[in-house]
Amino acid sequence: MKKLALTTLLTAIIAFTTTAGAFAKNNSILVQSTTSTANSGLYDYLLPLFESETGIKVNVVAVGTGQAIRNASNCDADVLLVHARDAEEKFVTDGYGTQRHDLMYNDFVIIGPAQDKANIRELSNVIDALHEIADKNAVFVSRGDNSGTHKTELKLWKETGIDPTIDSGKWYRETGSGMGATLNIAVGMGAYTMTDRATWINFKNRGDHKVLVQGDERLFNQYGVTLINGDKCQSANVTQGKLFVEWLIGDKGQSEIANYRLNDQQLFHPNAR
Amino acid sequence: MISFSEIFSEFTALLAGPDPDLLEIVFLSMQVSLTATLLACLIGLPLGALLAMRDFPGKWLVTVLVNTLMGMPPVVLGLIVYLMLSRSGPMGFLQLLYTPAAMIIAQTALVLPIVTALTRQLIEDSWKDYREPLQSLCVSPWGCVQTLLWDNRFSLMTISLAGFSRAISEVGAVIIVGGNIDHLTRVMTTAIALETSKGDLALALALGFILLVIALLVNATVYSTRMRFA
Repeated sequence: MKKLALTTLLTAIIAFTTTAGAFAKNNSILVQSTTSTANSGLYDYLLPLFESETGIKVNVVAVGTGQAIRNASNCDADVLLVHARDAEEKFVTDGYGTQRHDLMYNDFVIIGPAQDKANIRELSNVIDALHEIADKNAVFVSRGDNSGTHKTELKLWKETGIDPTIDSGKWYRETGSGMGATLNIAVGMGAYTMTDRATWINFKNRGDHKVLVQGDERLFNQYGVTLINGDKCQSANVTQGKLFVEWLIGDKGQSEIANYRLNDQQLFHPNAR
Repeated sequence: MISFSEIFSEFTALLAGPDPDLLEIVFLSMQVSLTATLLACLIGLPLGALLAMRDFPGKWLVTVLVNTLMGMPPVVLGLIVYLMLSRSGPMGFLQLLYTPAAMIIAQTALVLPIVTALTRQLIEDSWKDYREPLQSLCVSPWGCVQTLLWDNRFSLMTISLAGFSRAISEVGAVIIVGGNIDHLTRVMTTAIALETSKGDLALALALGFILLVIALLVNATVYSTRMRFA
């Protein structure tokens, strides 16, 4: 009797756990993506439009640009959507992708606590701002994760002639985490950091942090989309991946990217050519 | 800073009007972690019992190794499973990466050492005490394992609960092999990680409490089964 009851319970558990799809459905593509496009809600807006038009389900894995490119290099993607032009072009030259297209842009901003120890609020030149932060030993939080944002940040430091990594662990702190985690840390420590504007606008735990430096053309943030090379990755769903890329850089995708707004602000500006 | 009233109102909102997305995530969490626990128990319980009863050279080494694997960092295990299942990996042809099946594989591997190691210890102790009377009962080794497992079934339930707790609460492995894909591989823990990264700490914590409620329900079910039949 007891044995029967336990067997019944076990059977119920087995029935529950084996129902429904443990496997991915066909007719879907896999996109390795940077986090900002996912965290800002852009995909939640765009993908249903594409899906209803074509019937193709788009599965997005949102990680940092560095990891996205690495995953795609392992053929674990059909489409790559990131923001680090040099790395994307290398990805294509190495044969992993067929062609990289400009897709859209927004910009990076430097955020920091309202009290602004390094006094960078009035600066329009981001290089001057970084100099001030370094001079004052004001805490600056870096992604430190080889992401698109991290790469751009390092380029800016290079222009200042300062190597902040010498002071890593002192005023320069590398989190090795995503944008969101890094923002949480920056807010928690009252530190400065660089973020893309879309993630910041969608970010809820802002504390008293504000955008302090913006508008410098060096803070331009270009997103690109690349189709995986079917010759290199036999199992890639190139046919449907191509449809997605063409939709994004086509009239429909481009105008919908412009249509997406959050808090009454346009987050991404289409510029596919 | 967020207040507790904020978390509480998020929590009650989630409970009051569970939207389909949340239910889907809860269901997948349960499905993945229960399946993984079940598989780990199917392998780990007899394996642990055999380890306890059999004497063989290097037994202490195997025991220490299994005990050590209980401390396997989920993120490391996730990476190993990722490299196996990646399209360019040895098992890429199975096309399992970024599916619930991949998450089940990873969590099974995570739970297996816990179930095996704890079962081994439990059975070894009871084997010591009951070796004489039991030996007359178990003619074959397999029958012996069955008898020992059945006699210890209620303690083994707690062991499987420990395994389930490990599975349902880990994020490191499932986020790597599952990818946290919306409507496909998003589970409670990866959803919490996502909301944290969006800075929506109140929602993240509220989701955390939902996860605890689920764990509580599972524990209550098992405990009441035990009270009923023990």
